[in-house]
Amino acid sequence: MMHQTERRKFFTRLLAGAGAIALAGCDKLSHSETFTKILSTGESLSNNVHRLVSNRVSMAQEFSAADLSPSFRSNGTSSPNNPAYHAMAETGFSNWVLEVGGLVENPLKFTLAQLQQLPNRTQITRHDCVEGWSAIGKWTGPPLQEVLALVKPTPEARFVVFYCADPMKEDGTNYYYESIDMDDAYHAQTILAYKLNDETLPIKNGAPIRLRVERQLGYKQAKYIMKIELVESFAHIEGGKGGFWEDTGYEWYAGI
Amino acid sequence: MSVPANSHLKSYFIYRHTIPIRIMHWTNVVCFTILLMSGLNIFNSHTALYFGKSSYNGKPPVLEMKAVPSSNGLQGITTLFGYQFNTTGVLGASAGADGKITRRGFPSWMTIPGPKWLSMARQWHFFFAWLFVINGLCYLSYSLLTKHVQRDLAVSKKERSTIWQSIKDHIRFKHHGGEEAKHYNVLQKIAYLGVIFVLLPLVILMGWAMSPFLNSIFPGWVDLFGGRQSARTIHFIVAWMLVGFVFVHVFQVIITGLWNNLRSMITGQFKIDNAHSDKGPS
Repeated sequence: MMHQTERRKFFTRLLAGAGAIALAGCDKLSHSETFTKILSTGESLSNNVHRLVSNRVSMAQEFSAADLSPSFRSNGTSSPNNPAYHAMAETGFSNWVLEVGGLVENPLKFTLAQLQQLPNRTQITRHDCVEGWSAIGKWTGPPLQEVLALVKPTPEARFVVFYCADPMKEDGTNYYYESIDMDDAYHAQTILAYKLNDETLPIKNGAPIRLRVERQLGYKQAKYIMKIELVESFAHIEGGKGGFWEDTGYEWYAGI
Repeated sequence: MSVPANSHLKSYFIYRHTIPIRIMHWTNVVCFTILLMSGLNIFNSHTALYFGKSSYNGKPPVLEMKAVPSSNGLQGITTLFGYQFNTTGVLGASAGADGKITRRGFPSWMTIPGPKWLSMARQWHFFFAWLFVINGLCYLSYSLLTKHVQRDLAVSKKERSTIWQSIKDHIRFKHHGGEEAKHYNVLQKIAYLGVIFVLLPLVILMGWAMSPFLNSIFPGWVDLFGGRQSARTIHFIVAWMLVGFVFVHVFQVIITGLWNNLRSMITGQFKIDNAHSDKGPS
């Protein structure tokens, strides 16, 4: 019979070995298409249950000025690697135009001044990054529904796609983009913010306008928006998953 | 109390855990392990914890793991309530599969997936979170309907007076064998009830509190727990309290008869050994 300590050593090694094999197995499974498809049923289940337990117009929590973060953190792109963008920034975005088209009856182009003249909304909300941190900021801008009311989406329109000025690859390609559904597009707190904490939106936070979709995570809040398109499906756009991070494996529904 | 018909035998088997309980127990083991390890991978994307509504409220984090370059290479520095610890190799900076020390909150052998991979860790976490919640609901309905909770876990008035004696017995590693082993002891009951009705619901609730959409159902409910960042911190603390429970649980399983306990959670058969009753650890 094995000696007590020897037996203990053997079992410890056995356990450590089994653990290492299990871990390597998990990493292998993470690369399997079938397995990750099974895992992603968790996402669709969450999405459906969220719709069940709450109506689509529920409001995100709004905070008081006392809760404001001293400085609003910039994440992802802090200065787009795009000379055309910086040329516009130098003029205070006076020659920037927001193109709104796709499945709409009345495609329009908006200057920053025109957007500012639409009815505006100001809200102090919490920005939750997928990484885990939160920051609280005060945002001002026209609700997206004001813009949609002018361009009149056709009945086929199911998603709103936001095209941004920041390339995500070093070589200046692969521009950031995002998409939301019509429920979120018409939500009262979904705004095109051009002000942060009562000041002109800084470049690090997405000037001239960034999207606020308050019931979803940070990566949905597209910065440096150049163009808005209404589509029936986003399968044909870039990686086909509805957003830059979605194309790399993040959930399209970012309510969790 | 009636004397069991076969208590005169030196040893015999009883049917201890029903099939549903056994299946749910092992499902829980798998779910909890994966939730913990994928949770640590998610944590590694932002290796700091805060109390409050946001992370940036002018106050420093309560816990932070950092990698700091030094003449000896990368050092892992963990700061807890302002106290700094060098945790190189485990927290803050540790070696990955390639053996190179890199910036990393928890080491890769503790995380699923091993490498830093937030989107995949979230996929694992949320899939097994659903399985975990469904399994938990099945357990609750089953054990309330079959009166498993009321019969086997509820602490009677009589038992309440034996808590102190039970603590002393546990400290001395004195475990009752024989007929007494047919029932959970009072500390065991309190531990199980605490896990089932306090820690597990709390860890799930704090998970929900981190969802920006679920926050909108009753705006402000998260503030009851101190805000979203407090919820994230509580989620983390409770997860480790559950790990603490698992360690104590496995330790007790080992010292009170590893094979007998394991068998009872696999085949259901638990051996009552009157020959060794009341003799302390065997």
